[in-house]
Amino acid sequence: LGRLTGRAPAEPQRVLDDAMLESLEELLISADMGVETSLKVAANMAEGRFGRRLGATEIKRLLADEIAAILDPVARPMPLFPKKPQVVLVVGVNGSGKTTTIGKLASQFRAAGKSVVIAAGDTFRAAAVEQLQIWGARADVPVMTAPEGSDPASLAFDALARAEAEGADLLMIDTAGRLQNRKDLMEELAKIVRVLRKRDPEAPHNTLLVLDATTGQNALEQVRIFREVADVTGLVMTKLDGTAKGGVLVALADRFGLPIHAIGVGEQIDDLQPFDPAEFAAALTGQSAAQGAGGAA
Amino acid sequence: MFENLSERLSGVFDKLTKQGALSEADVATALREVRVALLEADVSLPVARDFVKSVQDKAAGQAVTKSVTPGQQVVKIVHDELVQVLAGDDADAANLKIDQIPAPILMVGLQGSGKTTTTAKLAKRLKDREGKRVLMASLDTRRPAAMEQLAVLGTQIGVDVLPIVPGQDAVAIARRAKQQASLGGYDVYMLDTAGRLSIDDELMSEVEAVRDATTPRETLLVVDGLTGQDAVHTAENFDGRIGISGVVLTRMDGDGRGGAALSMRAVTGKPIKFVGLGEKMDALEEFHADRIAGRILGMGDIVALVEKA
Ligand SMILES: Nc1nc2c(ncn2[C@@H]2O[C@H](COP(=O)(O)OP(=O)(O)OP(=O)(O)O)[C@@H](O)[C@H]2O)c(=O)[nH]1
Ligand SMILES: Nc1nc2c(ncn2[C@@H]2O[C@H](COP(=O)(O)OP(=O)(O)OP(=O)(O)O)[C@@H](O)[C@H]2O)c(=O)[nH]1
Ligand SMILES: [Mg+2]
Ligand SMILES: [Mg+2]
Repeated sequence: LGRLTGRAPAEPQRVLDDAMLESLEELLISADMGVETSLKVAANMAEGRFGRRLGATEIKRLLADEIAAILDPVARPMPLFPKKPQVVLVVGVNGSGKTTTIGKLASQFRAAGKSVVIAAGDTFRAAAVEQLQIWGARADVPVMTAPEGSDPASLAFDALARAEAEGADLLMIDTAGRLQNRKDLMEELAKIVRVLRKRDPEAPHNTLLVLDATTGQNALEQVRIFREVADVTGLVMTKLDGTAKGGVLVALADRFGLPIHAIGVGEQIDDLQPFDPAEFAAALTGQSAAQGAGGAA
Repeated sequence: MFENLSERLSGVFDKLTKQGALSEADVATALREVRVALLEADVSLPVARDFVKSVQDKAAGQAVTKSVTPGQQVVKIVHDELVQVLAGDDADAANLKIDQIPAPILMVGLQGSGKTTTTAKLAKRLKDREGKRVLMASLDTRRPAAMEQLAVLGTQIGVDVLPIVPGQDAVAIARRAKQQASLGGYDVYMLDTAGRLSIDDELMSEVEAVRDATTPRETLLVVDGLTGQDAVHTAENFDGRIGISGVVLTRMDGDGRGGAALSMRAVTGKPIKFVGLGEKMDALEEFHADRIAGRILGMGDIVALVEKA
């Protein structure tokens, strides 16, 4: 039939049975979606289709649609408020990409005509301030610093005062990486939030949790605890330019429903993209870009 | 949050009466739960699959000790096998090969995995424990302030760092480190490299060139202990392309289950030499297979229980 219509031959069809369902679950598990979410998504896709004959492309498209449906409601850019300065606090575990993401975001906001101030709230890690200063220079945004070892909460407070005085649109605050099971470091973060609120009860207006795409199921704990301690308002996932699929985002969307604002796809200043559920789902299920686009249509 | 393996298994085995030996069907049922437990602990799927298969062969037909349940018995078998795979047969994995003078140690891995921090921790360990003279060099020409980071750490721990010469590429810096180490009478020189994706052909070639210029005695892959399913790709690609001699797992002070340890070990066959347990310069420990095994299975006490029985 394929030859008659001048199209590629139709791909072989397989009956959707238990064995196929299991291999689909495994595809999703391999993308870090977690056992529970993978089983659920595969089962939803199979509902009403059990025993039917389907081609591989069609199956992947159906799975991707199922995933995109979970992600659609959370795909939202970081909201901008009329409030000046809008305070954006950036948090996360060590090495997830916080500082780099601040550089990228600052550059985007600058390009959108906003005035931005950055506060180098990582007063702990070696050369963290220098790293952020270079990003500030790249994005053409001033960076407020404090000496190594000083209290990040008081830097945040001072930075807010300065951003107010200068009439800046946005204040972005970098923080040191911290594992969510470290009580002392999480308390330090809670203190930053408390101190900011002394000056502006609504601050921080956005608290972004930066997640590394290579992270497995521990991301669930990261979101749970950071949200509890610092009222996380949105997520950014970095390093999606690698081999990791970041499937834990699906489990996160399902469980917490926090907005996903953007994804990091490289180390350069413009390697930050809006989160696109259809594209993400296509990559997760192993579809090519063209198939993904078809699935999204 | 995760149901641990013994809870899972007790559910499965409640329905079974105690028999003299584990039947094949019992084992199959139990191992389905084991597989899920491994996946929830972030063991990569192909590795979990192979592991379960190897346990299956060992478990069927084993006599059940009177005082424990069949579920507990399976947990013990799984745990022992896990320890065995994780430990391999390198009892002294933490003894780095630094026989040649000066001995090069190359540190590689993905972005943000902990290479620079681990470089400094290892340098401090070699200096403090073995009285070695160590030189550290940053070959990271990309990440902002990467070289400054290593320089600050060097000052903190009292270890020399190769002076920064702007504009040099990674291979040129590596050659300079080698020369400086030879002339300066250092025992060891450590090469910290930029983070790179395992599929980044250009950067993987760069580190190959560094390897060829220095012939490292150890090439350590530094991996985030919170890594999920991607561990197999990272392990395969870095080992395949550069050839690693061991693994360091960082951020094991977190509450991750550490399944990446099994994935790394199974895919590369190379020992896990150290675990990073914090950001401080002394937060580095030798790898203990039994601790990680208990952690991956989300348990520990039950193994001791079976051991006593
Ligand atoms: N490939 C890739 N690398 C990234 C991305 N985002 C950040 N990185 C790299 O990841 C590493 C860590 O990034 P940082 O921004 O320093 O991370 P951080 O969360 O500030 O780290 P700490 O402050 O030490 O906790 C750096 O080498 C970055 O260049 C991304 O989207 N893709
Ligand atoms: N909690 C914890 N943090 C660690 C550990 N090892 C490293 N870190 C932190 O992880 C972050 C990244 O560490 P780096 O040493 O800069 O990582 P890297 O691999 O050199 O990063 P790039 O050069 O950007 O690729 C820093 O905040 C470190 O302090 C560890 O074992 N535990
Ligand atoms: Mg940072
Ligand atoms: Mg580094």
